[in-house]
Amino acid sequence: MVDWGYTINKPRAIAYDANDHTWENALQEAVPVLRSCIGCGNCTATCTAGNFVPFNIRKLQTLVRRGEYAGLRKELDKCMLCGKCRLVCPRGINTRKMIVTLKRLLAQPVAAGIPVAPGAASTAGQR
Amino acid sequence: MENTIAIIGGGVAGMQAALTLKELGMRPVILEREERLGGKLNTWDRLFPTWTPAREVLDPLLEAVRGAGIEVRLGAAVEGVSPDGRGVTLAGGERLAAEAVVVASGFDLFDARLKEEYGYGIYDNVITSADLETMFREKRVLTADGRVPRRVAILHCVGSRDEKVKQNHCSRVCCITGVKQAMEIRELYPECEVFNFYMDMRMFGPGYEEIYRQSQEEYKVVHIRGRISEVSPTLDGRLQMKTEDTLIGRPMKMEADMLVLLVGMCPARSNRSLAVSGNLSLGDSGFFAAADAFRGNTRCGENGRIFFAGTATAPKNVGESLNEGTAAAWQAYRSVKGGASW
Ligand SMILES: Cc1cc2nc3c(=O)[nH]c(=O)nc-3n(C[C@H](O)[C@H](O)[C@H](O)COP(=O)(O)OP(=O)(O)OC[C@H]3O[C@@H](n4cnc5c(N)ncnc54)[C@H](O)[C@@H]3O)c2cc1C
Ligand code: SF4
Ligand code: SF4
Ligand code: SF4
Repeated sequence: MVDWGYTINKPRAIAYDANDHTWENALQEAVPVLRSCIGCGNCTATCTAGNFVPFNIRKLQTLVRRGEYAGLRKELDKCMLCGKCRLVCPRGINTRKMIVTLKRLLAQPVAAGIPVAPGAASTAGQR
Repeated sequence: MENTIAIIGGGVAGMQAALTLKELGMRPVILEREERLGGKLNTWDRLFPTWTPAREVLDPLLEAVRGAGIEVRLGAAVEGVSPDGRGVTLAGGERLAAEAVVVASGFDLFDARLKEEYGYGIYDNVITSADLETMFREKRVLTADGRVPRRVAILHCVGSRDEKVKQNHCSRVCCITGVKQAMEIRELYPECEVFNFYMDMRMFGPGYEEIYRQSQEEYKVVHIRGRISEVSPTLDGRLQMKTEDTLIGRPMKMEADMLVLLVGMCPARSNRSLAVSGNLSLGDSGFFAAADAFRGNTRCGENGRIFFAGTATAPKNVGESLNEGTAAAWQAYRSVKGGASW
């Protein structure tokens, strides 16, 4: 067979209905104020990590809130927990707590009573 | 004195209320803290959405107030209001009896120094939208060392939608003001680039969305979706701003010669003392809370004699503030003279 050099891409669309929202719900329960994010980007703009490596805390938490967890663990490891993002959030979101909560959920999902987030532990980057 | 209605504040809303009351045969008295009538319109250059000089709105109003022989007391700051609306107290303790009160004390501009990260009052070329209006009046917008700017950045929501400074509301008029000012800079200096940093473009009035589009197509203003997080000076005297271009998802740095902060509308500083003395309630952020959001938006309570007009209750544009002047005047008139209670 001729190899055309193409592979079949995974669909790019966020399959909102097919996604597992348990994880996202656990996060929002722990950090309810997260719902008030207006996507202003201040957290990312000021982020110590994001200014050096591809890491976007605003996008990451938005993805989680859509039920998209691919590569989450690898991404979160880039955060240094410096807390700068929290200082600039105009909605007063405790972004640092959000990150710590995500990390805790990732470390002990079953103990926390929730299933392992699909794809979270994979090393593939987020879409 | 019979038929006296005390009007707190002589901005557009207060003047319009006075004119209407005079026409209805009442005796309005405008109490104005400053040494001149007109409120904020004294400092604005040209008004959105029509680029009309603010003077062209203000002068006919001032003329009408003078022509109608309306009593005006300048330098008269009101500190208290009777809960029954039967009078007000001025700074210094003088009491003025009235049959009803119209609160038209307007708004205060947000003090940009509170957002230290933007460096207002620290870096020379960080200015506010109000400063820019003054520059437009002088027909020149120059950097502190007298140069024509090559690039200007305009930042939305300074002192609005911000929990950190306890101003959670949206000031409504600053988006359209920012777009208007961007276009005016491009008109003045076609070589100067202008960037607006916004989170949401709130084009709430008739024709506003069209102006936004015109700013993109004809004026080539660039709108970037992201809130600037901090500003620092560069070695060659420019400003460096940090933000995230949220539509791309990457942090962004940009230099500019000038940064304009679109300062929000805050509750007027006398709101608290007026509220405490008159038993009036304050809503979110500290603006006066009207009876309800529909048929009672210029009234305070069911059968009271205290009424609201203009930006005392929330951010509004000039047209809305003027209309409320008329509405509050009619209701004040009815409260004194009786009549159908609509
Ligand atoms: C930067 C900026 C640009 C704007 N540009 C436009 C525009 O182009 N077009 C438009 O439609 N709208 C514009 N607006 C909105 C416009 O300024 C307001 O709609 C208008 O000023 C509201 O009038 P007002 O009478 O309610 O309040 P004000 O203009 O604030 O007047 C209130 C008056 O009350 C007086 N006062 C306050 N407290 C007391 C007291 N305790 N005792 C006695 N007197 C008191 C004040 O001194 C003042 O004179 C702009 C707003 C901003 C912030
Ligand atoms: S706590 Fe993490 S996400 Fe927040 S600014 Fe620091 S490195 Fe960035
Ligand atoms: S700073 Fe706060 S509101 Fe802005 S994007 Fe980050 S979490 Fe959302
Ligand atoms: S009108 Fe625009 S700039 Fe002003 S507070 Fe609202 S969103 Fe921000």
